[in-house]
Amino acid sequence: MPRNETITELGLDEYKYGFVTEDQPVFKAVPGLSEDIVRQISHHKEEPDWMLEFRLKALEVYYSKPMPKWGGDLSKLEDTLDEIYFYLKPQDQMERSWDDVPQEIKDTFEKLGIPEAERKALAGVGAQYESEMVYHSLKEQWEEQGVIFESIEDGLAKHPELFRQYFSTVVPTHDNKFAALNSAVWSGGSFVYIPKGVKVEIPLQAYFRVNAERMGQFERTLIICEEGAEAHYIEGCTAPVYSTDSFHSGVIEIVVKKGARFRYTTIQNWSNNMYNLVTQRALVHEEAKMEWLDGNLGSKLTMKYPSCYLVGERAHGEILSIAYAGDGQHQDTGGKVIHAAPNTTSQITSKSISKGLGRSSYRGLCKVYDGAEGAKSNVECDALLLDETSRTDTYPYIEIDENTASIGHEATVSKVGDEQLFYLMSRGLDEAEAMAMIVRGFIEPVAKELPLEYAIELNRLIELEMEGSVG
Amino acid sequence: MSEPLLSIRGLRAKVDGEDGEILRGVDLDVQRGEVHALMGPNGSGKSTLAKVIAGHPAYEVTAGEILFEGEDVLELEPDERSRAGIFLAFQYPAEIPGVSIANFLRTAVNARLGEGEEMDVFGFQRTLTEKMEMLKMDPGFAARYVNDGFSGGEKKRNEILQMAVLRPALGVLDETDSGLDIDALKIVASGVNRLSEADEALGVLLITHYKRILNYIRPDRVHVMMAGRIAESGGASLADKLEAEGYDWLHRAVAAV
Ligand SMILES: Nc1ncnc2c1ncn2[C@@H]1O[C@H](COP(=O)(O)OP(=O)(O)OP(=O)(O)O)[C@@H](O)[C@H]1O
Ligand SMILES: [Mg+2]
Repeated sequence: MPRNETITELGLDEYKYGFVTEDQPVFKAVPGLSEDIVRQISHHKEEPDWMLEFRLKALEVYYSKPMPKWGGDLSKLEDTLDEIYFYLKPQDQMERSWDDVPQEIKDTFEKLGIPEAERKALAGVGAQYESEMVYHSLKEQWEEQGVIFESIEDGLAKHPELFRQYFSTVVPTHDNKFAALNSAVWSGGSFVYIPKGVKVEIPLQAYFRVNAERMGQFERTLIICEEGAEAHYIEGCTAPVYSTDSFHSGVIEIVVKKGARFRYTTIQNWSNNMYNLVTQRALVHEEAKMEWLDGNLGSKLTMKYPSCYLVGERAHGEILSIAYAGDGQHQDTGGKVIHAAPNTTSQITSKSISKGLGRSSYRGLCKVYDGAEGAKSNVECDALLLDETSRTDTYPYIEIDENTASIGHEATVSKVGDEQLFYLMSRGLDEAEAMAMIVRGFIEPVAKELPLEYAIELNRLIELEMEGSVG
Repeated sequence: MSEPLLSIRGLRAKVDGEDGEILRGVDLDVQRGEVHALMGPNGSGKSTLAKVIAGHPAYEVTAGEILFEGEDVLELEPDERSRAGIFLAFQYPAEIPGVSIANFLRTAVNARLGEGEEMDVFGFQRTLTEKMEMLKMDPGFAARYVNDGFSGGEKKRNEILQMAVLRPALGVLDETDSGLDIDALKIVASGVNRLSEADEALGVLLITHYKRILNYIRPDRVHVMMAGRIAESGGASLADKLEAEGYDWLHRAVAAV
């Protein structure tokens, strides 16, 4: 691993940049997790005391919680966790050269037609100058509207009160083991604030912002959308995220205030050794609308269930997801909707595609609390199997304490049919093209909600995956 | 005389992996510019023949040959046969949810053009609109998903639309007339006739149960398939005889052989 060389040089860097204080030993990243690492992270980020305390408490919670037994196979994860580096300073993360990037990743960039300059940025080996310029001009525009769009670190440093008011209120530390872990070691992510009544036309794209610090393994994002405000946030991009990391565990918290509308779009394509365990949750107030649009490709195991807590009357939550499970991959995805107020409505639409030894599971929770009169929820999950060996399962959990609620659930499993393939081929499409067209059609209801360039890239990427040529 | 457009000799075929033969020695020649009608009772093997010509992987050809423009096509994949100029209008077209007719057809058109010579969106749109007008189809149809939720008649019309756009050398129309109302039948038939006028070499193999469509599309030859063989061939008047007398006399004749 190219990392190790960087790590051994770290001591010197620390000294040079004056990070050493009397009571702090020279920082040396060691694999595995410890209280010391957590203190180091907080120290390097020059955080206020309350955050250090928060992190340390979270670490205890993490240790106290058992590994989940449901979802995917996490039995080998403990070993992985002993080996990974929980924190690296941004400048170290950048010290990887283009030569270190595996050939298959380079080939994928080539096939996707990603411009030269961007390839390096995507591979984490260079800054993305063009995007940076776009970002700066947009940022000025946003600032005029009072919109805050910063890294999570800058959010804490520049807007400490706002930050503290909402941080960890949507996903509390003890929510689950990985939320606790993230709370202890988080690094990287976005802080977004949309003031009352402000409508942001152009999507806020993390892609622009993330270039100095690459997306962290323990990314943390906090978004507050004030009353009547509207915005769309896009995280990630469809090119494979090349990373030597094997573990990604993010926490995304979103507060959508009265009458506001917010959409959060993620498309992630991880390398095949990755455990991707993410907690995404939105608190949706009266008459507000929250939409999660979630695309998951790659990884060894993804466990991700974007959720909407509908806490205000007539709040609406929507979760649209697409998962592609190739050979050796398990996509355990779905969504959760919690109806805690009257006349709240929700819709979950999930589309999964499995190929070879891939497996996709839909796991969803619909909970309606007593008193959430007239709540309506509808779940639709469709699985497409590309061959005989792939696998899919559905785990819908429904808990209803309110008898005026109406809940719909519809699940379909289909195989790419010989008759469909023959039909398309009889019009001149070769087999790969025909297969790709069937898959494109299958995800179309969700893909059409994506910004066009993302939809196109997603389709191209799935095609490449189907050829089996993406690493 | 030049070689036939389609020449089938001693063709035998069965469902791959099973025993019973469905096609039991079919002989059939279609010359360029000719319309041949293929009739015959249910289950006699008409659709099987159509699908074998188009290369359906469910069937295994055990003997005989299919020459298209003089070339043996049995080794070709269905997409290669299509690009070579064979078109099958399905008796039961498949549904492809999420894929619009326009998108699907443009992909199919471009699949037969060389790389870099693909038709642009506007050029294609013009062709499509023109063909849809010819078949009196609502322009909004182009945006609908292929056969998804189509009525029986709409599916059939959509098959002929595809033929009109793809301009094959041979069209095999498998019961395109069934399920069409009287007006739709006339529109589809005149669509096929227009294609024949535009391309005088176009060959058509028209599978049907009814004489009705043959009033609009005049066949040069009529064949009757019985139990996997062409049992009788004749001129257009053969269709009249079948309409009047049914297949009984042929059953008896076949049994007598
Ligand atoms: N894929 C298949 N699997 C099993 N049997 C088949 C298959 N295809 C055709 N057959 C059988 O072969 C015979 C001929 O079928 P085919 O569809 O070719 O008849 P047809 O002449 O087109 O009849 P129709 O007039 O009813 O459309 C039938 O007995 C049918 O059940
Ligand atoms: Mg038939």
